[in-house]
Amino acid sequence: MKDEVENREDRVANLKGMGCSRKRVEDARFTQGKGNYVDDVKLPGMLLGDFVRSPYGHARIKSIDTSAALALDGVIAVLTAEDLAPLNLHWMPTLAGDKQMVLADGKVLFQGQEVAFVVARDRYVAADAVELVEVDYEDLPVIVNPHESLQSDVVLREDLAGQTSGAHGPRKHHNHIFTWEVGDKDGTEQVMDSADVVVEQSMYYHRTHPCPLETCGSVASMDKVNGKLTVYGTFQAPHVVRTVASLLSGIEEHNIRVISPDIGGGFGNKVGVYPGYVCSIVASIVTGKPVKWVEDRMENLMSTAFARDYHMTGKISATKAGKITGLDCHVIADHGAFDACADPTKFPAGFMNICTGSYDIPVAHLTVDGVYTNKAPGGVSYRCSFRVTEAVYLIERMIEVLAIELNMDAAELRRINFIKKEQFPYTSALGWEYDSGDYHTAWDKALEAVDYAGLRAEQAERVAAFKRGETRSLMGIGLTFFTEIVGAGPVKNCDILGMGMFDSCEIRIHPTGSAIARLGTISQGQGHATTFAQILASEIGISADSITIEEGDTDTAPYGLGTYGSRSTPVAGAATAMAGRKIRAKAQMIAAYLLEVHDDDVEFDVDRFVVKGAPERFKTMTEIAYAAYNQAIPGLEPGLEAVSYYDPPNMTYPFGAYVCVMDIDVDTGVPDIRKFYALDDCGTRINPMIIEGQIHGGLTEALAVALGQEIAYDDMGNVKTGTLMDFFLPTAWEVPNYETDHTVTPSPHHPIGAKGVGESPHVGGVPCFSNAVQDAFRAFGNRHTNMPHDHWRIWKTANDLGLHG
Amino acid sequence: MTNKMHIQLNVNGEAQEFLAEPRELLIYALRERLNITGPHVGCDTSHCGACTVTLNGKSVKSCTVFVAQANGADITTIEGIGTPDALHVLQESFREHHGLQCGFCTPGMITRAAKLLEENPTPTEEEVRFGMAGNICRCTGYQNIVKSILAAASEVNAAQEAAE
Repeated sequence: MKDEVENREDRVANLKGMGCSRKRVEDARFTQGKGNYVDDVKLPGMLLGDFVRSPYGHARIKSIDTSAALALDGVIAVLTAEDLAPLNLHWMPTLAGDKQMVLADGKVLFQGQEVAFVVARDRYVAADAVELVEVDYEDLPVIVNPHESLQSDVVLREDLAGQTSGAHGPRKHHNHIFTWEVGDKDGTEQVMDSADVVVEQSMYYHRTHPCPLETCGSVASMDKVNGKLTVYGTFQAPHVVRTVASLLSGIEEHNIRVISPDIGGGFGNKVGVYPGYVCSIVASIVTGKPVKWVEDRMENLMSTAFARDYHMTGKISATKAGKITGLDCHVIADHGAFDACADPTKFPAGFMNICTGSYDIPVAHLTVDGVYTNKAPGGVSYRCSFRVTEAVYLIERMIEVLAIELNMDAAELRRINFIKKEQFPYTSALGWEYDSGDYHTAWDKALEAVDYAGLRAEQAERVAAFKRGETRSLMGIGLTFFTEIVGAGPVKNCDILGMGMFDSCEIRIHPTGSAIARLGTISQGQGHATTFAQILASEIGISADSITIEEGDTDTAPYGLGTYGSRSTPVAGAATAMAGRKIRAKAQMIAAYLLEVHDDDVEFDVDRFVVKGAPERFKTMTEIAYAAYNQAIPGLEPGLEAVSYYDPPNMTYPFGAYVCVMDIDVDTGVPDIRKFYALDDCGTRINPMIIEGQIHGGLTEALAVALGQEIAYDDMGNVKTGTLMDFFLPTAWEVPNYETDHTVTPSPHHPIGAKGVGESPHVGGVPCFSNAVQDAFRAFGNRHTNMPHDHWRIWKTANDLGLHG
Repeated sequence: MTNKMHIQLNVNGEAQEFLAEPRELLIYALRERLNITGPHVGCDTSHCGACTVTLNGKSVKSCTVFVAQANGADITTIEGIGTPDALHVLQESFREHHGLQCGFCTPGMITRAAKLLEENPTPTEEEVRFGMAGNICRCTGYQNIVKSILAAASEVNAAQEAAE
């Protein structure tokens, strides 16, 4: 037991609770090379698995000959769809209500698709054996464009032939997946018909990939003696994986233990269930040995979940003075060969209907059509809540385009359309209830911080100098005001595979006054072990340094839906606070008993309960914990434990104001980011150091997406960006220093007022970088160009505008 | 491919000897034979630097070095850079300045940064950014990594000045 610190200020500091920049407890192992990632897991007798993958974008499989591979010394097994079919595991359900081939069943639908799974004694033998599997393909017409797909006679998904309805309603064409419609179609049309100004703009939010530095992988170990299956894996949602594994394999859920060890970044890539996971499990059941599968980078970029690929058309109407009167949006969503999005069931296009953004738009309408193509399956939310980056990109581009049409300043146009502080809670035209916000204050603070008027004056001078031939550099000012929707979500409308999206926390206080808390989430770098202990420290009065946080082992952690969509703090963070309050309530009764007063006569003070009006009479949490286990207290069970399953009453709505200033070399197309100012409001701030780190990271991933990162296919269905040579990941050399700032508007419905922050910078960052590039060319007639704005595309924009003489 | 070579390495001050196919990559020899799992595999194409080790005094990406090429070499990995009781100044500094998040790039990042500071004990921010451009981080946006390295350099230099 620690020495009592008596000074109240010292006691608060000693607690390391909410609001302080506590250093991370995770760092000791990571800085010393002692992290434990999936590829570090090594079990006795473990075998290595490797995939034979399709070189074709679309082909029929005439035959697979595994004999030469099986004859190779060290090869234990080669699995094909034929081997999995008797177990009914050659196909698996996706999180989006579709099904996906685990191993190619008669045909392949995208390049890189899993065709056969080789199991061998080591990685080199496995790789040799992959080369020896002979697959005879007959190539079929390839479709990589969703617009073409909807017109084509070629049936991509023969397994769905004749099905006129899917998981999300009617299908209009054999390559069509669903139509999702929200809002008031007629009302929006009427407003558009009579509006002063209507602007329509098509834009393509390109396909990209979350590309965490650690690829996906799993180690499965079937213990046939005890009937227990243990699976280590890169799982952002370990409990969901356990349930899916149970449903697929028929093994009872209590006999499956899923462990997410340290995860080397997720960003949405590790939410879904992949054929590799299933194959490692089946291979372990077949061979009786542990089987490891870890994809390489090329496999990661080619086959595990991509993000975006939204062909969007927006139509916005306004008065001459700039007051927006309506928004209509249509999306052709390219989902690839299988619909393997990871969205809550009722939202096949995620929360795309947050596309009215931060603006008070009276009427709106949205339709999204999902389409199959010969591209990798997925559609995950890469560092954003479900499809929110697409939605925010759409509205923030539409605002810019409308500003051009109205010949207005884009900052002013935003200001006159913001939802006002007094309108919260605000119900949007597309049905969301925004919990809290103060957009005008944040916007004014941001514009003042960057000297917006000064920047515009400088920009005008630059344009004039350019026109006089005195410079070849243009200046872009990118603006964005975003509202995120995170913390999925209320069980009444959010579920994945039928499981409500609550989350959980279970706390045990030890007799000597330290504690362990387990959660249903799993950190992938966000620092949960640090921040959740801070929440608890403030709630239960035990120093964060004396609280262990544990996640990711389904045998010990309470059921939860995992970490993605910035849901950990809004949902599991709330569960943590609520479980802490249960502990505190019991602690209060114990303290009152020990102090021989009524329960109501003691009050909580930092790390103890004190008798009201007599601060010298108190019991510390350490004393209370000891008493909980060692003293018979009438009417109370021994022990001090609590569990909370938290079903959030609403989502949370973090927001922010970003400004990017960029100089662009017109002749090379190279942008130089001179300034990036990011103001974030994520409600109550738990750990400012970690928040700032999340913002730096999210902005950098936004920079990547906006300025060059894409998964590109040629017409034959070949992936053109399959390695880090071609797939842009920024290095320290390309990335600027960011200025961060904040306002604090707590969530009114969250127990501690926190809203979540990990994804905000990405959601706000992408349109901000893109707007900066496009703004540089506004004076020369540019209205919209598609991302990614790599050097060549920026050069081409300049060239198309006649700026190269 | 069964012809094996006799390989001798000195890894973090310990002599290691084994038979390996010449095509075996150094990263797998370290990770899978010697259980030195600090260096990670992030890309296989020497772009990401998660596998960075010091080989005969130079930073190399061990995913693109055959173990045969490394035969006889002195190798330092993150495991040889500090001990729990005596952390390297960079290990302290990365924690102090939040220079890591998921931790996957961190061993390569610190191994490279340690070599960088040996080569240039008083780098400018630009020199740090250029010198670290072979190591990719997906989480931090580099700002705090750069800060950690510059702070470590200042600390070492201040301590040296005080000693002199």
